[in-house]
Amino acid sequence: MSWIIARRRRPVAGYAALLLGLVVVSLVYGSLTRAGGSAQAAPTSAQQDIAAGKTLFLANCATCHGMGAVGNPGVAPSLIGAGAAAVDFQMSTGRMPAKEVGAENARTSPVKFSQQQIYEIADYVASLGGGPPIPDAQQVSTVGADTALGYQLFSANCSQCHNAGLSGGALTYGKFAPALNQATPTQIYEAMLTGPEAMPVFADGAVPPQAKRDIIAYITATRAEPNPGGLSLGRTGPITEGLVIFLGGMGVLVLMAMWITAKRREPWDAAQPKDTGTSGTEH
Amino acid sequence: MSDMEETEGAEVPEVPAAPRRVIGTPPPSPRLLGSGDGGAEAAAQEPAGGGVAVVEHEGDKLPAESDYPSHANNAEKIVVACFLIAFVAGCGFIAAYVGLGVHSVDKVFRSNLALGLSLSVALLGLGFGALIWVRQLMPDVEMIEERHDLRSTDAERAAFEEYFEEGTASSQFAKRPIVRRTLMLATLPLAAIPIVVLRDLGPLPGTSLRTTVWSPGRRLLVYGTNTPLTPAAFSAPGSMITIVPDGYQDDLDALAKAAVILIKFRPGELNIPTTYRGGTLIGTMNWTVDNSIVAYSKICTHVGCPVALYEQTTHHILCPCHQSTFDASTGATVIFGPAPHPLPQLPLTTDSAGYLVAKSDFTQPVGPSFWERG
Amino acid sequence: MSENIDIPKALSGTGSWLDDRFHGARGLRVFMRKVFPDHWSFMLGEIALWSFVILLLTGTFLAFFFVPSTAPVVYHGSYVKLNGIEMSQAYQSTLNISFDIRGGLLLREIHHWAADLFMAAIIIHMLRIFFTGAYRKPREVNWLIGIALFTLGLLEGLFGYSLPDDQLSGAGLRIFEGALQGIPIVGTYLAFFLFGGPFPGNSIIPRMYIIHVLLIPGLILALITAHLFIMVHQKHTQMPGKDVTEKNVIGQPFFPYFMAKGGAWFFFIFAALALLATFAEINPIWLYGPYTPVAISSASQPDFYMGILEGALRMMPAWEWNFLGHTISFSVLIPFALPLTIILGGAAFWPFFEQWATGDRSWHNVNDRPRNAPIRTATGMAVVVFYGVLWAEGANDVIADYTQIPLYTVTWISRVLIFVGPAVAFYVTRRICLGLQRQDKELVEHGLETGIIRQLPSGEFIEVERPLDEEELAKLGVKTVPALLPATEAVDENGVPAPQTRGVMGRARVIANRAFAETIVVETNGHGDGHGPAEEHAAVGAGQAELPGDGGDGEEPPGS
Repeated sequence: MSWIIARRRRPVAGYAALLLGLVVVSLVYGSLTRAGGSAQAAPTSAQQDIAAGKTLFLANCATCHGMGAVGNPGVAPSLIGAGAAAVDFQMSTGRMPAKEVGAENARTSPVKFSQQQIYEIADYVASLGGGPPIPDAQQVSTVGADTALGYQLFSANCSQCHNAGLSGGALTYGKFAPALNQATPTQIYEAMLTGPEAMPVFADGAVPPQAKRDIIAYITATRAEPNPGGLSLGRTGPITEGLVIFLGGMGVLVLMAMWITAKRREPWDAAQPKDTGTSGTEH
Repeated sequence: MSDMEETEGAEVPEVPAAPRRVIGTPPPSPRLLGSGDGGAEAAAQEPAGGGVAVVEHEGDKLPAESDYPSHANNAEKIVVACFLIAFVAGCGFIAAYVGLGVHSVDKVFRSNLALGLSLSVALLGLGFGALIWVRQLMPDVEMIEERHDLRSTDAERAAFEEYFEEGTASSQFAKRPIVRRTLMLATLPLAAIPIVVLRDLGPLPGTSLRTTVWSPGRRLLVYGTNTPLTPAAFSAPGSMITIVPDGYQDDLDALAKAAVILIKFRPGELNIPTTYRGGTLIGTMNWTVDNSIVAYSKICTHVGCPVALYEQTTHHILCPCHQSTFDASTGATVIFGPAPHPLPQLPLTTDSAGYLVAKSDFTQPVGPSFWERG
Repeated sequence: MSENIDIPKALSGTGSWLDDRFHGARGLRVFMRKVFPDHWSFMLGEIALWSFVILLLTGTFLAFFFVPSTAPVVYHGSYVKLNGIEMSQAYQSTLNISFDIRGGLLLREIHHWAADLFMAAIIIHMLRIFFTGAYRKPREVNWLIGIALFTLGLLEGLFGYSLPDDQLSGAGLRIFEGALQGIPIVGTYLAFFLFGGPFPGNSIIPRMYIIHVLLIPGLILALITAHLFIMVHQKHTQMPGKDVTEKNVIGQPFFPYFMAKGGAWFFFIFAALALLATFAEINPIWLYGPYTPVAISSASQPDFYMGILEGALRMMPAWEWNFLGHTISFSVLIPFALPLTIILGGAAFWPFFEQWATGDRSWHNVNDRPRNAPIRTATGMAVVVFYGVLWAEGANDVIADYTQIPLYTVTWISRVLIFVGPAVAFYVTRRICLGLQRQDKELVEHGLETGIIRQLPSGEFIEVERPLDEEELAKLGVKTVPALLPATEAVDENGVPAPQTRGVMGRARVIANRAFAETIVVETNGHGDGHGPAEEHAAVGAGQAELPGDGGDGEEPPGS
């Protein structure tokens, strides 16, 4: 330590500190933007408690969605026929209850309700008008899935919004498609099935359950995959690559060039006045 | 006269003297003469604290010893250390290459990290070592070189002109106009030949940009699963799916014009007005199925990207490339962005087995505009 | 002959053998003693040079493994997620290089990063040349060669990253083809000839391959050679400084100094690229998948150097003419043609425009400080802002996603900024340059404020100013002021106006000339001690102006 302190005034100390700072910042940033995330376990089968669900619904949802979930034009859509899967998706990702009317509903955390409460509300809503049920563990299991077909379906129908690297994307009028690094297999299945908000519906007629599992397998494999070429830079593509080459590449090289061509300094020990009383810099 | 060192302003200065360098300011380097013919007079050696020391003209040599030899010896240790680290890292690269296999994503991750790190350290070691060598071991010199006039002297120019005229006259080029004119004539076709032989680079476009492989009765297949669709299978309102023509699932040339986006609307939300372009019908509700299933070309009319983002709440089809936006409920009319005209609508109907099929090909050219589009 | 070094026999023997055949001794000695001036900004072109060398090395390696064919194959390789997918051999061989060749991914990434660095370095290098006026006579040809290198680099990069036939670059090719197709009269023919038929066809990959590995590298190599030869022959420019004149070069000799620094620079650049390739993943084509015209990803952008074209395409509103059975789509034509024409054409045209406006036909070997050429610097900044707005718009969906600004709003902002931005940049930069010139004038005429307050015997407080020394003065004092051309009203003794001021071009020339000639005049008396009245401030220095009431040196400062 004293070795470093003793040399803190040397010109090289400044460069060393700068370099250390750059390296630390870049590693921290790189690790923060790495795509990744773990899948949660598939839900167990739900218990029937429509009455409990109704109580919760009236307390938390009816103000926007109306009594009996009939909806409120301009505020919230009717949930009759929306189904348990839609409720589970919206509530387990924290999108519902919505913070404000008309706002883009993003995934929030922590989720306000327990999974049991969500199942109860889902059962209540399902009892009002049917709709897609919550998929069970077997339905979202990716064992034996075909990631090749999952890739084809994902690239043709999903990547234009959610990005080939799963980092999401912008839609019109301030909406956006979220990144897919946190959604559980159940949530992905439910989203495809119910088409939340602006997302289209991918019903079983066009995308059969096995195809959905293939897509889920593709997504989970992609986000679990390491980045063999280094830090992922957010998996956003050439935009971040261009920023890195200018700020990181050219920036660092320009600083190096300044060092290479800097005028040679008199070594600081040679510049100190000597004990004999004559200064080293004069005569 | 007492001398003054200007420090960082810590002390009030006495009467100031000539040197005005801060500690660490580069000392004046000995100035030598470069490879030019000279012309700089030799100046006397000035005090080292003052101006520039210029070495005499006759003894104009690069100094053989490092400045500040003790410092240079320390620097030498650093340079040697850098080179040794570079050597070890270079061997490390070879060891990592031999020892670490690939053939899986995880292994490639490890191999890339090891190879890249060792290569970087080896190169950095060489770079730092070389640089410290130049800056600390080599003595600091500055050389002056004369720039000679780039413009040739008048005499040189005159000599050039003279010989050029001599040569031209000797070649008879000027005196025999028919020779030089037929020479140029002869070279003209040869100059054109490299262009001419490029003709077979590709076929003429003909009318191929006006048609796609869609034809009456051709089934719509879901891309990927390659399964046909009935209206009942595509009944959830707000659905969207990518469609390819039956028989051409893997034909990229065909798909580049024939890819289709199929959308299911809620009842009453789809309102395509009957639209003509010139005399050709290009959009109508008759081309939908159940007044709620509609098919548009997936090839953007701007520059040809697949226009694929479908927002079911706004029924906008957004192209991710340049943000051309089409309203699917009114015949894919353009509402924002650079696309110049709407997405062509594919006439749909159902066949005898109940599957969705095309009624005919598109009635207008698909994809980006071109000169002959009409 | 040096006293303390013995040249090894092997070296001197070889040298003699060669010299017997090539008369090399004198020329080589001249070259070894050639002086290269030292400034960090002179090393930017070398970044491009060494990046190109690294591109050649890594590219050769990649060419041993890449298969430039669109023939379809079903993948069964190390990247198991795509097993069973049909893809082109080009894509498969790229997956092969990445996952089945040791060091393949590293060298692929170094190659791609080097391409990005090559273009980035050229841009910064060109900006340096522009802002210091190093393109002036006698270096106009080198400037034009540089622009040609930049253009070739654009094409080379475009074809290079399109070779793997992945989803991202294939979308770029689709856009390229769509834009080509839209060219009036010949567009469809050009597109069909280039692609060998309708898009995508089977010819484009092999054709791009041969252009990318043979044609353009050959042209670039030849032009780089010419570029360097001209630079060595004319000698490098240098920054203003002490003893620097138009007739000399001050610096360090090539052997051993510049050679060693050049070598060190090569290793640093290579190390930077190797570090990037190790720690920053570039072009993960396995995530994009093989190209199909049916699919697309959000955030699809080309490599950064094509970004301005992408931005132009996004910015342009819809505009098309249909007439007599023909269609011209300006929404494609204008973005395709205009930005590059303005930037590259403007750059090529600029040295000659500046000569015309300033009437300056002298040789320039000393660089200008950017502040001393306000119109040039302001124009350069306007072009930089123009380029920057287009470039940023190319990333508009990523910007919208990241900043939560709605997508269309970002585009509207850029549509306004593309006109307003350069104008504001021009005005602001010009004012800043003139302001900095005034600051220089203050420094030269009055000296540097030392922050030391001194009380005179009369009780007055003054700030002690240190006059600039020769080195500083040389830097600040050098300014080439364009000569004023005769004004439009100027007439000779017979009442005839000067010939070059007649007509529209003549008047335009005078206006341009006045703009270029606007500068802040600095008066120096050669000592840099200023002319200020002795009572107001004292010039401090040996033998300079006397302080009032100051008997000489040796004065004790109060309270020392």
